[in-house]
Amino acid sequence: MFKEISYTVNGRERKLHIDIRKSLSEVLREDLGLTGVKLGCGVGECGACSVIVDDVLVDSCIYLALWADGKTIRTVEGEAKDGELSKVQKAYVEEGAVQCGFCTPGFIMATTSFKEKHKDQKVSEKEIRKGHSGNLCRCTGYQNILSAVEKSLD
Amino acid sequence: MFDLSTYKKAESIDDAIRLLNDNPDARLLAGGTDVLIKLREGKKGFSSLVDIHDLPELKGIKIDNNETIILGSGMTFTEIMESDTIADHIPILAEAAGSVGGPQVRNVATIGGNVCNGVTSADSASSLFSMNAMVMLKGKNGNRELPIADFYTGPGKVDLKQDEVLTSFKITQENYKGFFGNYYKYAMRNAMDIATIGCAGLLKTENGILTDLRLTFGVAGPVPIRCPKTEKAAVGKKMNGELIDDIVRLVETDVNPRTSWRASKEFRTHIIRELTKIVIKESAGRAGEDL
Repeated sequence: MFKEISYTVNGRERKLHIDIRKSLSEVLREDLGLTGVKLGCGVGECGACSVIVDDVLVDSCIYLALWADGKTIRTVEGEAKDGELSKVQKAYVEEGAVQCGFCTPGFIMATTSFKEKHKDQKVSEKEIRKGHSGNLCRCTGYQNILSAVEKSLD
Repeated sequence: MFDLSTYKKAESIDDAIRLLNDNPDARLLAGGTDVLIKLREGKKGFSSLVDIHDLPELKGIKIDNNETIILGSGMTFTEIMESDTIADHIPILAEAAGSVGGPQVRNVATIGGNVCNGVTSADSASSLFSMNAMVMLKGKNGNRELPIADFYTGPGKVDLKQDEVLTSFKITQENYKGFFGNYYKYAMRNAMDIATIGCAGLLKTENGILTDLRLTFGVAGPVPIRCPKTEKAAVGKKMNGELIDDIVRLVETDVNPRTSWRASKEFRTHIIRELTKIVIKESAGRAGEDL
């Protein structure tokens, strides 16, 4: 079962001929080579596969590829502009929020989405924690991730 | 890749009904946070899907001329949390919506899917039970409606015919106007977890007297469970600490928690007692009563 779909991925228009049984994570990783979309649990619990579709943060492993037809998709690969890391990415690096780095792409997208959603608002630590509660990290214990998020909101 | 045998996208509610009717093995797909996981696990009966994801006819919330709230079943939990109408009239539902999963899940999961999954732990269900919500269905034989308490028929089972779509929930004004409430989800984790016990309480007070009480527990029985004996006994009484103690004692006669891998019956009973106190106090506080 195949279908022609089109996405704008990280600012670039792509037309694809995909097996409709694929998840968005599979199409991004396999058809577009965007392996920054990580596969952790495959059941929408760990957030490692998080991407932003039309300004909405989703777990791409349980998001059908054809649901994104005609939409704008952002993965971590598209966040740096002209070789310069985004404010969120810089904050993660500077605050030591990256250890093995496997959860990092998903976290970066979650923080980017959170930052844009709470633009010009003051947020509490509780809200930051809740806003990132769909992402798991086995290495850092979250403390430095929290600092990175706070820094990126500044 | 999902092991799909058939996939059809519905262009409308009527189209979905037609597609379900054409294939007796087919079931609906909305947010996918339950269905796609079951499909991935290889569970039987999930490989033929009729897709109603983001169907515009199932979105939105309106209030009709009788002040009945009509809530589209396709509303995601994020949409429910961000809705001004819900914040103004039935904020308990926004509280319940905010307790589901995490941000990514809330962005796609729908209230219709949550209810049709049929589990006692559904975070949106207990609030809907407390508001006597009506479930609006449409199938090949036309429209049907029934109270949500009748929609849940057993653990994991709802009265949704194979050719039917749950289109909306209706909440009439005598079930939400003037009420103050609280949804408390007790779980092992603060997010991304199924409730061990969920409690949706709504109450009305007048001059320090409790004039209406609705108390529903999730995971205290095979389906979400109201507390009719408790509610009846508590109404008309003075709002004070003694009343809360009475309510806590009575609640045990209405609920029926069991021992499962998640928690023992004794622990659940303890949590039910504690949540009753918390929810009643919080709701009373919101109603302006100092307890």
